[in-house]
Amino acid sequence: MTGREKILSDVVKNKPTAIPLPVLDFKSIDQPFDILETFTKYVQAVGGEVVHVAHEQALLQQVTNERSAGKYIINRVPAGGQVDDVPVDPAILESVYRAYIKGSFGVAENGAIWVMESAMGNRILPFICEQLVLVLHKTELVANMHEAYASIQIDKEGYGVFIAGPSKTADIEQSLVIGAHGPKALSVLIIM
Amino acid sequence: MNPSHAKLAEAFNADEKRTDWHDQTLWFVRQKRDKAAHVLPEWEKLRQWASDIKDHTLSNLDVYLAEFEQKATANGVQVHWALDAADHNAIIHKIIRDQGLTRIVKSKSMLTEECHLNDYLQQSGIEVIDTDLGERIVQFRKEPPSHIVLPAIHLKKQDVSETFQEHLGTEAGNYDPQYLTQAARIHLREKFIQSELAITGVNFAVAETGGFVVCTNEGNADMGVHSAKIHIGCMGIEKIIPKAEHLGVFTRLLARSATGQPITTYTSHFHRPRPGQEMHIVIVDNGRTRQLGREDFRNSLKCIRCAACFNTCPVYRRSGGHSYHTAVAGPIGSILNPNLDMKANADLPFASTLCGSCTNVCPVKINIHEQLWKWRQVIAEEGLVAPSKKYSMKMMAFVLARPSLYRIAGSAGRWVMRNLSFLVKVKSLNPWYKQREMPDAPKESFRDWYKKNKEV
Ligand code: SF4
Repeated sequence: MTGREKILSDVVKNKPTAIPLPVLDFKSIDQPFDILETFTKYVQAVGGEVVHVAHEQALLQQVTNERSAGKYIINRVPAGGQVDDVPVDPAILESVYRAYIKGSFGVAENGAIWVMESAMGNRILPFICEQLVLVLHKTELVANMHEAYASIQIDKEGYGVFIAGPSKTADIEQSLVIGAHGPKALSVLIIM
Repeated sequence: MNPSHAKLAEAFNADEKRTDWHDQTLWFVRQKRDKAAHVLPEWEKLRQWASDIKDHTLSNLDVYLAEFEQKATANGVQVHWALDAADHNAIIHKIIRDQGLTRIVKSKSMLTEECHLNDYLQQSGIEVIDTDLGERIVQFRKEPPSHIVLPAIHLKKQDVSETFQEHLGTEAGNYDPQYLTQAARIHLREKFIQSELAITGVNFAVAETGGFVVCTNEGNADMGVHSAKIHIGCMGIEKIIPKAEHLGVFTRLLARSATGQPITTYTSHFHRPRPGQEMHIVIVDNGRTRQLGREDFRNSLKCIRCAACFNTCPVYRRSGGHSYHTAVAGPIGSILNPNLDMKANADLPFASTLCGSCTNVCPVKINIHEQLWKWRQVIAEEGLVAPSKKYSMKMMAFVLARPSLYRIAGSAGRWVMRNLSFLVKVKSLNPWYKQREMPDAPKESFRDWYKKNKEV
């Protein structure tokens, strides 16, 4: 018998009698009164900042300014001008000062933002850059994780991630330190 | 044999100030958990859903494991099955060896701790770098993690500073967590970028899609995996959940229960390797099917490793994780470990006051304190109870079964409360135990309950 067969047959031998899958009534759960306000509050609570801009033009302006100041910027958002290809080698990406990536949507209850592989260009980009900017439109917000999972197909792409704030740790005496391994800052740019 | 929990706890308690500090720090984490839970009016509903989903899954585990395997394989992931720790280690070793690699990175995985993977690989000449900050600290110190979520919670910043001074050349006397974290960041960046193989744990494996979810705050799992050519995810068979929509329930509970955060910084969903990458999943039994067959203990397999039961436990807080001498400490560890080795871990179910606080905070509604009590009975039947405990169990049963004696006992009663309090709350032994203090009280009056229970 292979390990697989042995494990599965032991499960069959030892499992309890069938218990039905519960019916989950997600609609019964309260929604926050103001989704944008709640989202903003939680992004801040998890260590990020929220910047509102009136128009996509502001994003383009910011990216252009930073590029001309000679910073290593990777822009993945079409509204920010030229969309850059992302190098494969992490050793090169290590020096990225700021990465602009389009989020699919934000979640009000915890400030998390769903980001798909295709938006990143390289899966490591949102982790290895010094600072991360995630771009959302004001309408791209949901109330909670139930709505979030109802809006995505998790296996649509090979990889996807919810990002809530910059990288952090409290492993030394429970003191919060921002920038453990990943970005030291996260801004959420909301186009109103 | 290991020194017992009581002996090790005594050693931990020798430093009273540090014990107080450990106690207070964890209690603070517990309070953050309470605040985060109270924000959600639906908290109890979420716990019930989580518990029901896990009960259902365990009762169909073979079906969901097979579905997961089939989907994962179709996604281009190689699935391996390991009967026990030795199998798990050998499978991983083979993947590493086939590629001719000599060093790897690993993000937090309690399963690999349970299997002692690091020791095994190091003996075969492979360098393993733990990349979670807390885990790296204890790895430098050649210690095991003392907590499943906060691996270095037993250490003060002075300890970390000394360790880093020795291993990373940080300046002596600099205890600033910011400075120390920055030093670790620089050190580990180099390891990430050079690494060709990364091992991660698995928080949730979704049968419906064949993918799995890894939760971290630091981003270390992602840094390792996305740099490496090979990703190996290690999971116990109980990590399966049926559908993607169930992630909504579990991700809402996990971080709030663990640290009081509304969600972990990164909740990463892995389905297919990136172009040119290889992805493996190792599905491990290591005693879990045996636990599934123990009716009284099977629902310990619902655990999502949030550590809320650790943070709330008065015994854990004042004895430290190392006193449990196993990879998973705390109340849930005291249920899981006797299944792995009853003799070596016979002391653990006694490392509890049975106060029920663990059961009250558990996000998947495991009846932790009741199972601890049940293990004590099993262990007593097997003749594995230490003489001191045997005597106290008997005496407690004797006193509690005689209300008049207990009442008269007066100061003796107070002595019992102080020294044997764990037994006072066991309803089969104590006719005074009020049902309203029990989680999930049966729907019967106190009178009915009393009549039924007093003969015991
Ligand atoms: S037993 Fe419950 S409270 Fe303890 S770690 Fe597991 S899920 Fe968390």
